Amino acid sequence: MTACGGGDTAGGDFDGEIKVGILHSLSGTMAISETTLKEVEEMAIKEINDAGGVKIDDKSYKITYVSEDGASDWPTFAEKSQKLIDADKVAVVFGGWTSASRKAMLPVYEAKDHFLFYPIQYEGQECSKNIFYTGAVPNQQAEPAVDWLFEKFADKYGKKVYLVGSDYVYPRTANTIIKEQVKSLGGVTVGEDYIPLGNTEVAPIIAKIKKEFPDGGIIINTLNGDSNVALFKQFKAAGITPDKYPIMSFSIAEEEIRQIGPDYVGGTYAAWNYFMSLGTEAANNFNEAFIAMYGDDRVTNDPMESAYNMVYLWKAAVEKAGTYEDLDAVRDTLIGIKLDAPQGPIEMYPNHHISQTVRIGEAKADGQFEILWDSKTPVAPITWNQYVPETKGYACDWTLDRPDAGKFKM
Amino acid sequence: MELVFSQILDGLSIGSVLLLAATGLAIVFGLMGVINLAHGEFMMLGAYVTFVIQNMFRPLGASVFELYYLVALVASFVVTALVGVLLERTLIRRLYGRPLETLLATWGVSLILIQFVRSVSLAMVLGIGVTALLGWLAKRFMPSSLKEASFSSYLGGAVWAVAGLLGIFSINIFASFGRFFSNPWFGPRNIDVTAPKWLQGSWGSIGGIELPGIRIFIIVLSALLLAAVAWFLTKSVWGVRIRSVTQNREMSNCLGIPTDSVDSITFGIGSGLAGVAGCAITLLGSVGPNLGASYIVSCFMVIVLGGVGNLVGTVIASMMLGIIQSIIGSGSLLIAFPDMPEGLRAVTEFFATTSMSLVLVFIFIIAFLQFKPTGMFPQKGRSVDA
Repeated sequence: MTACGGGDTAGGDFDGEIKVGILHSLSGTMAISETTLKEVEEMAIKEINDAGGVKIDDKSYKITYVSEDGASDWPTFAEKSQKLIDADKVAVVFGGWTSASRKAMLPVYEAKDHFLFYPIQYEGQECSKNIFYTGAVPNQQAEPAVDWLFEKFADKYGKKVYLVGSDYVYPRTANTIIKEQVKSLGGVTVGEDYIPLGNTEVAPIIAKIKKEFPDGGIIINTLNGDSNVALFKQFKAAGITPDKYPIMSFSIAEEEIRQIGPDYVGGTYAAWNYFMSLGTEAANNFNEAFIAMYGDDRVTNDPMESAYNMVYLWKAAVEKAGTYEDLDAVRDTLIGIKLDAPQGPIEMYPNHHISQTVRIGEAKADGQFEILWDSKTPVAPITWNQYVPETKGYACDWTLDRPDAGKFKM
Repeated sequence: MELVFSQILDGLSIGSVLLLAATGLAIVFGLMGVINLAHGEFMMLGAYVTFVIQNMFRPLGASVFELYYLVALVASFVVTALVGVLLERTLIRRLYGRPLETLLATWGVSLILIQFVRSVSLAMVLGIGVTALLGWLAKRFMPSSLKEASFSSYLGGAVWAVAGLLGIFSINIFASFGRFFSNPWFGPRNIDVTAPKWLQGSWGSIGGIELPGIRIFIIVLSALLLAAVAWFLTKSVWGVRIRSVTQNREMSNCLGIPTDSVDSITFGIGSGLAGVAGCAITLLGSVGPNLGASYIVSCFMVIVLGGVGNLVGTVIASMMLGIIQSIIGSGSLLIAFPDMPEGLRAVTEFFATTSMSLVLVFIFIIAFLQFKPTGMFPQKGRSVDA
């Protein structure tokens, strides 16, 4: 299961090598999504090596990597993390996708006081000293999206939402936050339904939506994977179309439009930090580099951009700290590191999350998104959600020298 | 009234999806007694055939494209039926009367089929061709003295093993020719099958109830298929032969019925029906290598509930499950009976979600089978006693 490598063996003179770990599911149900992250991390490593490697005190180091397979099985993620840290002695690990895999890995990195980068938008409510999160937290994706929906559609449909999600941790936590937010905005959540992962029968949900919204209304969709296809195909047949029912999805990116079919998702909305159609120079360079390496039938998306960023964030921190072996120093230096990412400027905050620009796009027939709204400036990450009563007033700041820096009352 | 009608429509449409998926299995499992765990993967093959036909029709212009789906229905039946016959001739045939081995072997087949559609590429097809050719040549030109030797069966195995290795080797060679050879045709990702325009939207409404095109289409399709299967089994010559072999194989054999061909045809038809079901499911849900897994359990559930070997039971069981699921899952009991007592109301609300209504369906089936372990319509007759 171990694949060693690290781009081409040629590539100039190096004074040494830094070994990093890549840990994604290369088999099992999550492989479809997670292999794209591995590809984009390999691309970032290759780019860095081609540009002369990581430079520490006039010396240049080549990045090599050990890739392990998490096999879509959460305990395996913990096991392989242990192996990467103890046997391979890697300087950092880039890995994970599902929240369940992150929750399984967290104790390993905390016990060994090691170092993990996690690239996916997630539900927040976590702040580990040993993990750096480069995906969006709810205040950088879900919350602005709900604000936007109300601003745009509340006149027409009222402040009422229907929530549909997959039956597991991310949609349930995200919806808890959305419900609190809707309440504080003076709105009502009229219905909430969860579909087991992989289920394709949505007729009862359609009946309920039609009952609540006979003439149209706002739907927020946190379904993952296959169920989305069933949902959109059957929505269309039942007459739940975007002109009357604005649908906002949090797990549909460019790749998913292709799989569901633009005929079905066209006209629905998605909230992300990065869209392939962004059109800035940095974004185009990223897209072109990926296509050149993996073929012109491929697309990039938000999780891939996050995965790409984390390699560069780590490199910048190592160069600034002047060491890759002293993990404490690298982690301390990482806070405050700024980067011109494909999505625009990002910065690592003291709570180990990054500031991101929020964007809302509308799916189009060509499989891309048209960007309708963006937050203009990067939004600072809030890890402990301020809408949820249990975590209201809490914050995380790892620059503070206090034992409860991960979660303290402000 | 409107509520009742729309609930029944929803229930019928959920039920007819179940029925469509289970009809093929009712023949293979019900009549032949073969536990075919690859049934779901035959549905998946049917869905992929639909995808291929769709892509072949795309360049022909929009008006012709609208008709692709009808062609795909026929093609998915034919292709999966052929694959079914091939499987029966090469594998299932050797395992009759050994249900546990059949179960494991067909599970293996399902894994192979899933991995096949994930990774099939031109290079792989050529490699499989090389293996088949080498194996056939070796058998054809093997000296007859070796063929009669005591170790000939081991030798045959060794020859195929070597041919297989050379095939794998040649896949790598072909793959190195370039992307045209090595690019997978479908890949591990889900693929997009888009229904023709006339099936996508709503077909108008009767008394305020929306008639979703695909739902009506699937109800009609499953009714037609069921009628065709019933006609075939009761009226056609081969149908009568199939039933006689089901009831008494030895006697049928004595009376000159070619039982070998009957087995192949029965299995082929069962598989072909799975293919049609797969084609129909592309209208409703996602199409990917794992499509079969989500349907296989419900198929067996329907058959066991209805009574093995009984088409009427299959129909009633699937409709019943569909209607239960739709009435409970959509929470319409709450609307129909607004002044329920508080405790009952809480229970109904608790089960009025998709996940919980599935749980309730399972509880119902378990409870039902406690009282009628052989299903609603158990088979009567000689084969049961034997």
